[in-house]
Amino acid sequence: MNPLLRRGWFDRAVMAALTLLALVWMAPLLWVLALSFKPNEFLLTRTDVFLAPPYTLANYLDILQTSQVFRWLGNSALVALLQTVGVLVLSSLAGYGFARCEFPGRKWLFALVMFGLAVPAQSVFIPLHRLFSEWNLQNTIAGLTLPGLAAPFGVYLMTQYFKAIPAELEEAAMLDNASRFKTFLTIILPLTLPAQATLGIFTFLGCWNDYLWPLVIATQPDMYTLTRGLASTQTNFAQSEGLGFLMAQAVFAGMPALMLYLFFQRHLVTAVAGTGKS
Amino acid sequence: MSTPTVGLRASRPAYALFVLPFVTLYALLLLWPLAKGIYTSFHDHDLLSNDSFWVGLGNYQELWGDEVFHQVVWNTIRFVLVSTPIFVILSLMLALALNRQGKLATFLRATFFCASVFSVTLITLVWKLALMPERGLIAQFFAALGLPELPLLTSDNLALLTVALVTVWWIIGLPMIMFLSALQQIPSDIYEAAALDNTPRWRVLTHITLPSLKRAIVLVALIEVIRQFQVFPQIMLMTNGGPNNTTRSVVQFIYEQAFMQLSLGYATAASQVLLAIMLIGVSTQLWLERDRGDRK
Repeated sequence: MNPLLRRGWFDRAVMAALTLLALVWMAPLLWVLALSFKPNEFLLTRTDVFLAPPYTLANYLDILQTSQVFRWLGNSALVALLQTVGVLVLSSLAGYGFARCEFPGRKWLFALVMFGLAVPAQSVFIPLHRLFSEWNLQNTIAGLTLPGLAAPFGVYLMTQYFKAIPAELEEAAMLDNASRFKTFLTIILPLTLPAQATLGIFTFLGCWNDYLWPLVIATQPDMYTLTRGLASTQTNFAQSEGLGFLMAQAVFAGMPALMLYLFFQRHLVTAVAGTGKS
Repeated sequence: MSTPTVGLRASRPAYALFVLPFVTLYALLLLWPLAKGIYTSFHDHDLLSNDSFWVGLGNYQELWGDEVFHQVVWNTIRFVLVSTPIFVILSLMLALALNRQGKLATFLRATFFCASVFSVTLITLVWKLALMPERGLIAQFFAALGLPELPLLTSDNLALLTVALVTVWWIIGLPMIMFLSALQQIPSDIYEAAALDNTPRWRVLTHITLPSLKRAIVLVALIEVIRQFQVFPQIMLMTNGGPNNTTRSVVQFIYEQAFMQLSLGYATAASQVLLAIMLIGVSTQLWLERDRGDRK
């Protein structure tokens, strides 16, 4: 809590309790991970053996052969990448426009975009689904990707960020008669890399984990995203004979997000905390 | 006041090109469907014959008297009332304990945040497996302690609480990080003064730390209320609204009215109710955050 206060037994007790809590916290994930390496037949009778044999890779091999998770993984990756790139480009342009440029109607337009921050996706998904059906975008990559590009959060974030960059840099470039777009691209945009990373990670994870929109727009199994596809495998597990297979699927589906998290961990945590932290 | 015509502050219509791509998509994919939804909510819309006729406030009146809608609103409020205090208290305690340097603290922060990056379907898959009768982790744990098995997902009294706890387990990371960030912003000279006076730690906590976090606590609570009011997928996947409708939420009601009952007018009317509640919530949040900016 405070570096000047002496660390005594109380601190150690707190940390010990938290370590224990963390172990309990992780237990379901570790349990699924351990059991994904056990044969299905074994799991019919015993689910309390963590580390002891038997071991098998059969469940993971079954994924390769029988399930569509690779197809879903591909769809998820493509949609999330397209949406992330799209959001970064659109938000950077719009953020710069709103923060640094003056044009007729700017304030009015900005207020209109900010209003969208309060509109939850759940309150527009029905009419949006109708529109996309009319445009024949059901079960297409475009249909899965497009709605995320209209979310105003990125514009809000980038506008705030562009506002914080000192004007002198830009004025110098303008004196050299560089065009506004060229100034934006070569001078200002490179300064926003931290914000781009933050926005990029959030957009990617948000898209990767989205459930409601893929649920209504992707109705054919080969157009499912991983999140949507994993939901289609969920029934009542009480009598399930393929527990190991289900657990292997869970582990497989969790890997990409987990790797992204481990890779960007430091960045993600500061990003959540906002810009005020050193 | 004159508008400059040269330099950075010059107003030029061409600059609107920067915002045009986004604003076009925004108008087409957010504002237009929003307006269409409001329009549809005043109609009785039959999907099969694609017939639509004006019923005025009929759908809203029907909602007002619909007992299932009352039930889902009440369920959603209960879900918010159960989950928000746990979110706030638990994440605050974690943040207070983990606001320190060191490898162990870093590892523990990462551990508690970790589940937040997983998708809702992964979380429900893991927990449905863990909550299985007999073979599930929880059932085995109860058995090992010699306790009787609890019908955690199948009892009217427990199902909502169970889903709420799973939700807390899933996304406790975000409020924890928000509290950690707020703790970092408390000026350290206050603590130094307290240390010089030999103030007991308990008094430091109750007289310095917690009062400084008042705004953060309100903000975190509000954000959780907003987020949890939109609860849906984990409920649909874990209990499908049951048992006896005790966990069916507002968003699930909207989804089912639109995509199973195919009554679009009724479903869009319900989503306008949700929108109104969200507008109030988010405006309050923005107002609170703006206030902080002014004080600085």
